[in-house]
Amino acid sequence: MTAPLLQVDNLHVHFPISGGGLLGAGRRTLYAVNGISFELAKGECLSIVGESGCGKSTTALSILGLQAPSEGAIRYRGLPLSGPGAPGRMQRARAVQMVFQDPYASLNPRQSVKTSLAAPLRLHGITAKSEISDRIEVMLANVGLTPEQASRYPHEFSGGQRQRIGIARALILEPEIVVLDEPVSALDVSIRAQIINLLLDLQEKLGLSYLMISHDLSVVEHMSNRVLVMFAGQVVEEGPWQQIFTSPAHPYTRRLIAAIPDPYAAMNRGERPERFTDVALPAGRDFLFEVGTAPDVFAAPAPSELIEIAVDHRVRLALT
Amino acid sequence: MTAPLLDIRDLILGVALGRSVRPLLKGISFQIMPGEAYGLVGESGSGKSLTSLAVMGLLKKPLAVSGGEILFKGKNLLALPQREMRNLRGNRIAMIFQEPMTALNPLSTIGRQIAEMFVLHQGKGWDEAGKLAVEALANVRVPNPDRRARNYPHQMSGGLRQRVMIAMALACNPDLLIADEPTTALDVTVQAEVLRLIKELCSERGTAVLFISHDLGVIASTCQRVGVMYAGCLVEENETQALFADPKHEYTRGLLGALPRLGSRSLHGRQRLVDIDSIIADRSKLTETRFIAPRGTEGRQP
Repeated sequence: MTAPLLQVDNLHVHFPISGGGLLGAGRRTLYAVNGISFELAKGECLSIVGESGCGKSTTALSILGLQAPSEGAIRYRGLPLSGPGAPGRMQRARAVQMVFQDPYASLNPRQSVKTSLAAPLRLHGITAKSEISDRIEVMLANVGLTPEQASRYPHEFSGGQRQRIGIARALILEPEIVVLDEPVSALDVSIRAQIINLLLDLQEKLGLSYLMISHDLSVVEHMSNRVLVMFAGQVVEEGPWQQIFTSPAHPYTRRLIAAIPDPYAAMNRGERPERFTDVALPAGRDFLFEVGTAPDVFAAPAPSELIEIAVDHRVRLALT
Repeated sequence: MTAPLLDIRDLILGVALGRSVRPLLKGISFQIMPGEAYGLVGESGSGKSLTSLAVMGLLKKPLAVSGGEILFKGKNLLALPQREMRNLRGNRIAMIFQEPMTALNPLSTIGRQIAEMFVLHQGKGWDEAGKLAVEALANVRVPNPDRRARNYPHQMSGGLRQRVMIAMALACNPDLLIADEPTTALDVTVQAEVLRLIKELCSERGTAVLFISHDLGVIASTCQRVGVMYAGCLVEENETQALFADPKHEYTRGLLGALPRLGSRSLHGRQRLVDIDSIIADRSKLTETRFIAPRGTEGRQP
């Protein structure tokens, strides 16, 4: 059996917080990510959803090698991406790339688009000028920009065009995995559709695998194959998108979905119809976390386990 | 027939560039009835926030109104002297801003900032105003209002700060509340709570709301009537239900089709989102047609 494209196994990220006291008095540990495991298959879009502070961005940073895990392993095609034996930054860059939320903040304002796109190629040993400009031209065409626009600077572009440049920069080294961190939430409504369509087209054309981080559930439903719902550094529910959106089991997932203001549901005046089908829990078991309470990030989470309630659909229950 | 609370008539507003004036609002007209929630949607740069700033009288040079009227209870706000405008602002017309951290004073406790409203507008003493401030915090359902009143803005979460903004805005029981993207900076679950709070408080007190947002879902769940803005023009206006069920203007249709709709993928499979530029050949012609539906109802529906 071949190894999965990306495998995250029991990932923990804990941060020591200084308490400000003498000789380290009052030092505490912040439990940001507590035992996340998942696999990303080739050509798949896996979304991680959750509120601010649930650990979704920390998970993504670990995969990009920007945050060392405290425990656990991340493997790319069976080879470790972190810890001893991990590849260097340069090799990792060919495997995983990232598209940021705000393209204006993540593009160098003093570099033309061409310079920005050529830098990674040069670093990776492609120095022939003709090859660099060929690849830039192809990549710009892929994201819907013209070759003439390559000599312009980021401030000369609109928000949507800038995000296209951000996508081009992530794809120029031909990575297999792209981490999308809120790829459309900084964009205007009318531009969002264009970028979402572009991302889906590119995924199909180039066989990309996406790991998308988002709290916009309507975008997640539109783009994903599978969804992970995170709360307080743990996966509380995971499954194929159909299951998550039509029969969410965990109360937290239901709460997230119900919180989305939907223009069409609101038209019917009053409450949206309860369209979730109930899921039978194993007898005597209960969900981990009470909905509506803030988690204590300074304590290790209570013991719990992920239980499979349908094919590939798992939900976290407290250990009795 | 009830008179409208706010009646904006053919408002023209521009920015002075040297000798010429570039128009930013090209003749906006709409009315808000007492107790009504009215929504303005549109992209960034369409002029929604400028409209609200003009109502508040907060336009700064080089922005200037060059035509039209803003009638509030029959009085033209544009012709009002500074001092009278200052009395109205915060008292009869209040505003909630998008980013509460920049709108609150970081150097003073939130209790004092709310109390200031009572001192300035109702002539109360500081002691009494302090008690009223705690009451105002309790009204927006801040837990432990006594303790929270002594907090500084940085000690509170984003959702709590936005509640403080609402408490401050509603302190003097205004007739009109302007909410400019009040939930854009918040998490979805917190957004749902804040929206519910604004809705409940305003319908209890009969406060009219001018809701500004780029999120059609937010507008649909809070407003009775919606205006769609594009490039400084109000291109379509209708009752919320009618607007979403049967959008008349090309631009409104594009905007609605551009949104991924929750639940539609499981019903109809993944459909390609409408690229607004592909259905609208010439954006410059968009503002030539306008669809303003007549009012069927007056004010808030029971």
